Amino acid sequence: MGNGLKKIARSQLIIPLIALLLLVVFNLIRDVEFFSITIKTDNFGNSVLSGNLISILNGASAVAIMSIGMTLITSSCKGQDISVAALAAIAGSVFVSVLRSNEITVPVIILAFLLCSVVAVLFSLFNGVLVAVFKIQPMIATLILFSAGRSIAYWINGGATPTVSSPLLTSIGGFIPGIPIPTPIIIMVIFLILISLVLRFTNLGLYTQVVGINEGTAHLNGINPVWIKLIAFIISGICIATAGCITVCRIGLINHETLLLDAEMDVILAVAIGGTSLGGGKFNLAGSVLGAYVIQALTVTLYAMKVPSAAVKSYKAVVIILIVLISSPVVRDSAVKLYKKLFKKQKETEIPVKAS
Amino acid sequence: MISVTGDVVQESDNALRMVAMQNDNVLSMRSINKSSPGVQALKDVDFNLRKGEIHALMGENGAGKSTLIKILTGVYPKDSGQIFINFDGTVREINVKSPYDAQNLGISTVYQEISLCPNLTVAENMFIGRGNYRLVNWRTIKKKTTDILNKLNIPARATQQLGTCSIAVQQMVAIARSVDMDCKVLILDEPTSSLDEQEVEKLFSLMRDLKSRGVSIIYITHFLDEVYEICDRITVLRNGELVGEYEIKDLPRVQLISKMMGKDLDDISSLQNRKSIDEQSDTTPVYEADGLSSLECPNAFDFRIHKGEVNGFTGLLGSGRSESVRAIFAADKITGGKIKVNGKTVKIKKPRDAMMHGIGYLPEDRKRDGIVEDLSVRENIILALQVMKGFFKPFSRAEAEEFADKYIKLLGIKTASMDTPIKSLSGGNQQKVILARWLLTNPQYLILDEPTRGIDVGTKIEIQKLVLKLAEEGVSVTFISSEIEEMLRTCSRLIVMRDRKIVGELRGEEMTQSNIMRTIAGEAV
Repeated sequence: MGNGLKKIARSQLIIPLIALLLLVVFNLIRDVEFFSITIKTDNFGNSVLSGNLISILNGASAVAIMSIGMTLITSSCKGQDISVAALAAIAGSVFVSVLRSNEITVPVIILAFLLCSVVAVLFSLFNGVLVAVFKIQPMIATLILFSAGRSIAYWINGGATPTVSSPLLTSIGGFIPGIPIPTPIIIMVIFLILISLVLRFTNLGLYTQVVGINEGTAHLNGINPVWIKLIAFIISGICIATAGCITVCRIGLINHETLLLDAEMDVILAVAIGGTSLGGGKFNLAGSVLGAYVIQALTVTLYAMKVPSAAVKSYKAVVIILIVLISSPVVRDSAVKLYKKLFKKQKETEIPVKAS
Repeated sequence: MISVTGDVVQESDNALRMVAMQNDNVLSMRSINKSSPGVQALKDVDFNLRKGEIHALMGENGAGKSTLIKILTGVYPKDSGQIFINFDGTVREINVKSPYDAQNLGISTVYQEISLCPNLTVAENMFIGRGNYRLVNWRTIKKKTTDILNKLNIPARATQQLGTCSIAVQQMVAIARSVDMDCKVLILDEPTSSLDEQEVEKLFSLMRDLKSRGVSIIYITHFLDEVYEICDRITVLRNGELVGEYEIKDLPRVQLISKMMGKDLDDISSLQNRKSIDEQSDTTPVYEADGLSSLECPNAFDFRIHKGEVNGFTGLLGSGRSESVRAIFAADKITGGKIKVNGKTVKIKKPRDAMMHGIGYLPEDRKRDGIVEDLSVRENIILALQVMKGFFKPFSRAEAEEFADKYIKLLGIKTASMDTPIKSLSGGNQQKVILARWLLTNPQYLILDEPTRGIDVGTKIEIQKLVLKLAEEGVSVTFISSEIEEMLRTCSRLIVMRDRKIVGELRGEEMTQSNIMRTIAGEAV
């Protein structure tokens, strides 16, 4: 058992797990009702699951999906893409503009999604080329689309914030008739399975980490760091397009100014909480996704405590400072030292007892 | 008792001072000791610098040159020993605590990488970080700078941005800055390694000018020609110990090299019991290059190696031996050359090409180019073979564990488990992991650049034995080592390099310490 505990303590998952556990305990003490899941009948007559847990899982989907791409970029490029939310706005705008110029049917939705994926991948590749080929620091390189992205989105739909409505879209953003689980959660699960398959059947994970840890070694072992970085940006582009489309479907309109506003910071935070060093190297996809749920759980908890929405961010900041501090190497080291000290003392006190 | 010991110390102290300041010395370091964890970096080293001389500090890698300089400039504290200066007629002992201290005392260093700010102007660079100017009079500073630049004949303008000057001029500005701070001792740490010949000449005339003004210069370089062109005296260090202090005219090149390498010319007793591997010059070479050149190795060279042959590239540090083998592996951008593997013309433009043709390369700098520090021993071992197998064909966990297990046992790698991150292994075991990585690819030609550097003696011998065993099994090996006897023991042919050019090739009986040194020095064998 001791070994198992040690393994968990050493693993990168420890921080998000602890954070999630603390949130759960806090809510248990505060109000057990927080965890209740009920079956409701929604406006369309479907019986669906509802409750705080469902809204946490549902609400975090977009951030969780984008955190997958961000994790790969962070690991290989030793930096973050701060333009993901702006790119999601572009992707969403393309999605809506295709939908509005056609009758909304399943093939059209698929076409619109493919098209907006291509656009998002192209924009993401623009970032990728700046980072991988021109060796510009990721934050500076992506600052360009961070500032320009929403203007481009504005231009795609001629400055309007058009709505799209169709039962098909509602079933993507909400519930598919007959299935009580919100569709974004299902999409998230499919995404996780897909990326796990990619990691299982390719060397993406190994190569990405090698490039992130030691580019010189990567080069001398026949890995092309430029390609690995570009692949990270391509995958991130697909993640961004998916997140953008889910959000558009959920709210039924595209507002280039507010769609996933400030989400890039949540995404980066999710990666950090997940135990991937923002300085690159070893990564942990499951941790990042978990990190996204931690953030959403925190938000939902705060709302459940009737914290005014304008104040939520500052409360969030306090908790995040705590999480980041706990995961800092300084605190971790001293925690290990403290643990050893306590452990040693126990041993020392044990021996004389036995001797006597 | 105490007072007696005190007196003795006092007396020997005075005696030391006397000795220290003979011969017009401005600086004298006495019995400097410094140990870093596990190694004695400096052992009782003395160093004397006279007024107005250019003094070369020579030694191979790990000889202790930079440690000595860092103690002098206060970067490292010394364990024991004394440093005396005599800049104004009085001898005093100094205790340098920081580079800032050293600068105030009149000891300045100009490093290979210029530590000035390229985006500030020359004048700004000359005066930043000096004293507490509350109000800066830029006009005065500009004028002062122009004066100094003119005085020292430095081709730069005071208002020019430093980054727009050539590296040589930047270095001169750094020197001028030191001179203007009234430095008595100027330390130049490999200033010429990135300069072309004309720039070197400019730098030298500046150095001669400073010398005539009474500045003493400590000059660190690995270019022998430069030492003989500009220096007055030489101090040689080896393995942290002082070999000696010599007038330049008393120390011909061959002797200097032998002092640096630690071998006497007539020391034939240590000659090898190396197995002579017959060179099958009639068969097709495993690898053959004609006129190969790369960005880092601009002088095109020819090279061939036969099946089961062990050859070596030798030469002093900076002679271009590593750059040459890097070119063979296409580690740097290839700029020309024809390559044949087993007689067939092939294209090797990037490391992966070389790997696919059965070439393996263990890099010189294990930390920077070899290990992937945060990944496990297992992942580090399978890396190269995995890349060769392809992106879409990862090894299963079981396969990877089998490979790792096999090579951990075969090479006797000491690790807690195969999942341990490689960074927590000792240097020797890390090196074995990298070796395992290449052995796993089953190469026909293996390049080992300094595989024995910085590892314990036992592992060194294991690695040499391994090289010979590989050769017996038909693998061709290029073996590079700073330790000549290692190469004599393992290689059947030595390619000798100097100043980035191949200057000779020794085989069989010709391969002796003295011949190698003579060839490096440029004398006929």
